[in-house]
Parts: sequence; structure tokens; C-alpha cells
Amino acid sequence: MPAYLAGRLFTAVWVVFGVSTLVFLLIHWVPGDPVDVMLGESASGADRELLRQALGLDRPLFEQWWSFMHGILHFDLGNSLYHQQSVVSLLDSRYVATAELAGLAFLFAVAIALPLGLLAAARRGSAWDRGAMGFAMLGVSIPNFWLGPLLVLLFSLQLGWLPVSGREGPASLLLPALTLGTSLAAILSRMVRSSLLEVLEEDYIRSARARGLSSYQVLVRHGLRNAWLPILTLLGMQLGALLGGAVVTETVFNWPGLGTLLVESIQRRDYPVVQGCVLVISLSYVLINLLTDLLYAWVDPRIRLHQGHG
Amino acid sequence: MRWRSASVIILLCWALVALSAPWLPLQPYDIALENILQPPEPQLWLGADDLGRPVLDRLLMGARTSFWVACWVVSLSLLIGTLFGAVAAYRGGIWDRALVLVIDIFMAFPGILLAIALAGLLGPGIDNLVFALTLVGWVGFARLARAQVLSVKQRDHVLAAQALGTRPRRIVTRHLLPLISAPLVVEATFGIAGVVVAESGLSFLGLGVQPPEASWGSMIRDGVRYLLVAPHLVIAPGAALFIVVMSVNLLGDRLRDWLDVRTVRSTRLTGGAV
Repeated sequence: MPAYLAGRLFTAVWVVFGVSTLVFLLIHWVPGDPVDVMLGESASGADRELLRQALGLDRPLFEQWWSFMHGILHFDLGNSLYHQQSVVSLLDSRYVATAELAGLAFLFAVAIALPLGLLAAARRGSAWDRGAMGFAMLGVSIPNFWLGPLLVLLFSLQLGWLPVSGREGPASLLLPALTLGTSLAAILSRMVRSSLLEVLEEDYIRSARARGLSSYQVLVRHGLRNAWLPILTLLGMQLGALLGGAVVTETVFNWPGLGTLLVESIQRRDYPVVQGCVLVISLSYVLINLLTDLLYAWVDPRIRLHQGHG
Repeated sequence: MRWRSASVIILLCWALVALSAPWLPLQPYDIALENILQPPEPQLWLGADDLGRPVLDRLLMGARTSFWVACWVVSLSLLIGTLFGAVAAYRGGIWDRALVLVIDIFMAFPGILLAIALAGLLGPGIDNLVFALTLVGWVGFARLARAQVLSVKQRDHVLAAQALGTRPRRIVTRHLLPLISAPLVVEATFGIAGVVVAESGLSFLGLGVQPPEASWGSMIRDGVRYLLVAPHLVIAPGAALFIVVMSVNLLGDRLRDWLDVRTVRSTRLTGGAV
């Protein structure tokens, strides 16, 4: 376990370092002078020079990188060019909204996928199975930015049950979370089914059946427990897609989270905020993945007790 | 099953429309004020948009956009990713470790977040879109190609070729690539679905195709404002997108069963959560 932990932490630190550097480089990849792009062609020379100094673009690249990394360690990501506010305080005001959205979407996905996948695996080849997998195919293929408006059309405009957009009260969270959670639910239910089916082939399942355990006990206590690991791994990885999808979903519902902030800032060419958003979302993802891997190791004695590199 | 062949037919239609669009008598840019927000009717199959332009014509132009972007992004990603992945895994040592480090970093960016940021910073336009999506897409193929080469490079025929003094390039292209092509083909198929959704998603955010050019994503973006009065502006392009993506996914499943490939789908562009 200590070796596994050390190896995993080392990778995480490296990835954080690399992600931060890449985010730093984003601005410098833009063809031409970022100052020209931000101010337009008509700006005066003095304005340009001022902005260049404000962004630190007049300094050598390495120095800029150094102060960027130094800033990250001190929770300082510079100031917004549009709002009279620091990037960190902007991110701080939006972070919770995105976390709410992603969290509820995740719960939706698990609540739909677990029973669906279990049912499909238990009644393999039946109408239940085909229905569940049909749902999964639909869910994987439907894009957020279409599902969202369709749900709004049905639940907000036709039935008038839920608000169209914005973030006022718990009801306004339902449609965005459902929209965001559907594709994860689809992928997850497939994964639950296939990993359960694999486990159900094992000898210990046959033994459990032979011992006369109820099919529920066989399925949940012996099957699902062993099928957890591939499901957990997939969950950790898919949370990244969930966070990426949140950017689009937030735009659909005008949800005041990091995603809408990112898109607004791109349109305003507010580069420090763009960098901040990408950094925070990516680092959250890295952290979640790290936690998943640690959880994985903790759940599975085969990894926990193994002395080598996991 | 019959609906599985339907998916192939739909994809053929998609390709046919995309290839023949320049020669079809379409008027996707013709503004007709008398038709503004016209609902579907026999003369105007899918109605007209907020500028009175025929939705059907714009839909077909959107098919062209998504088809070409998907073709370019998937072929470039496949080429670059396979090259890097296969060569690094075959040579091993520092090459392989360097590639793994790079892959780890790129994989740390969730889904299409990096593509959104890149496309946003590079500015709108199809070229930038293709560049941004390729930069995100190659990683999945590199990872897959690397894993596959690692699993077959100790096979007897490869060792025999090495013993005979065959050049590394020839070993990779003749003895390794044919063995690992099946999973790559399956991954590329799912990749098409991912790119189609990603292109539309970026255009939906206003970061892809620019007006007056048509993309299914930008059509949905424009249509959302008229959701109550003219829902067909959102329903039509979304349905086209959904049908194409589902057909690609069905084809991918079919190919996977047929080629007997067992890999976890990479989550770069194929994650689907957009």
C-alpha cells in the first residue's frame, strides 16, 4: 500500500504541474499578440503597453511561467480584465453552483444506472435487458445541448412545472442535473451490466447459488461487490466528461457556474479568467481521480495488501 | 437486426449529402422575410428559421460541416496518435516514459474542456476547430496504440523479424500495425460520434462554425431563443445530430462485436457527456 500510494501521489503531483504549465501556455499558443486580440486593432500604443505590463507579457517567458506557478501555490491567479475583481474571487463565487450541478447529476446517474444495470444483468436477454440497453444507447447518443432544450420545452413551457433557466431555488437545479446526468447514467448502466455479467460467470457465484442463497443475495452481495472495481474506475474517468459537459449544460440553462463563466470570459477575451476556469475544473478532476484511485485501493484488498506498484 | 442495417443506411446518406451538397440546389443563405419562423408545411418541409432561411437546406449544409470536421479530426488523430503510441511502445525506455507523461497530462483535462478553451482562444472557424479537436483527440489513440503494441511486441513473429535484422519501421508497419488495427478501427468509429457531438457542441457555444455557415450546433443555438414559438428550429437539427450519432454508435458496437475487440472505451472524445 505505501508504495502504491507514493506512486499514485507522485503521478498526481506531476499531472498537476503539467496541467498548470499547459494552461499557462494556452495564452501563448494564440497566434499573434494576445494584446492585439484583446484590444483590437484600434488601440493606442500606450494602452497596449499598459495591458502588456498588467499581464506581465513584457517579461521573459520563463519568468512569467514562474510567477504563474508561484501564484497558483498562493491562490493568486491575477485579476480579471473585465470585472474589477481578482480571478480567485470570481471563481469562488461560481464554484459552488457547478459543484451542486455536477453532484446532483452524478447522484441521478447512479440512481438510474444501478437498478437498470442490475436488472439487465439479472434478466439477461429479456425485454428488461433490451429496454435498459436501448435506453443506454439513446442516453449515450443524445447531446446535452439538445436534451436540455427538449426537457425545457416539455417540463417548463408545456407543463409549466419547472423554471426555464437560472438558479433560483432547488427546482431550478432539476432539469440541468437531469440533462447532465443522462449520458453518465447510460454509460454507467452498460458498465454495471457488463461487469456484473462477467462476475456472474465466476465459480464463487455458482457456489453461492448451490448453497441456496436467494438470487438477490447472489446478485448484490456476491456479484455487485466484486463488480464494483471496474465500475468505480469508469466512474472516476467519466466524472471528467461530466465536468466538461457541465460547461455546455450550464450554458443551456444559464446556470451561473464555472462553465458559463468560462464561455463568457472567452467571448470577452478575458484570458486570466479563462485560464483560471480551465485550471480549476481540471484540477478538480485530477483530485477526484486521485480520490477514486485511493478508494479503489482501499476497497480492494488485492491492491491494498500488495506491496509493489499497484 | 433490421435497425442495425438502418444505421448503415443513415450513415451512407449522411456521407452522400455531405459530398454532394455543393451541387445540390440548396438556398441555405437566402433570407426571405415573409417566411420568418414559418412552421413546417408541404412547400417548406422543415419550415424556416428566424431569418426566413429554409431549415432543411441549412440542415443539409450542417451535415456537410459535421461530416468533414469528423473526417479530418478522426483521421488526423488516428494517424498522429497511432504513430506516437506505436513508436513509443516499440522503442520503449525513455520514449515510452515521455509519452506516458504527456498522455497523463492531456488525460487530466476533462472531456472537451481543453477543446473549448483552445477553440475559444484561437478564435472561431473550422480550421481552428479541427486543430483544437485533434489536439484533444490524438491522446486516446496514442494510449490505445501503445497498450496494444506493448501486448504484441514480444510475439514470436516480431522477435523473428528482429532477429532477421528487419528495420524498426518495417516491423512497426508490417508486423505490428496489422495486429493492432482492429481496436483502433473500433475506437475511430466511436471517435466519429464524439467529434460530431463535439463540433456541434463548440458551435453551440459559438466557438465553432460562424454565421452564415450552418452547423447543427449553431442552428440549435439560434433556435433556442424561439423555443416557445418555433420549436422546430431546435428539434430538427437536434434530431439530425442525434440520429447520426446514434447510428455511428450502433455501427461501433457492431464492429466491436464483429472484430471481437474488448477494450474500455477511451474517454477523450468518445465519452458522450457533452
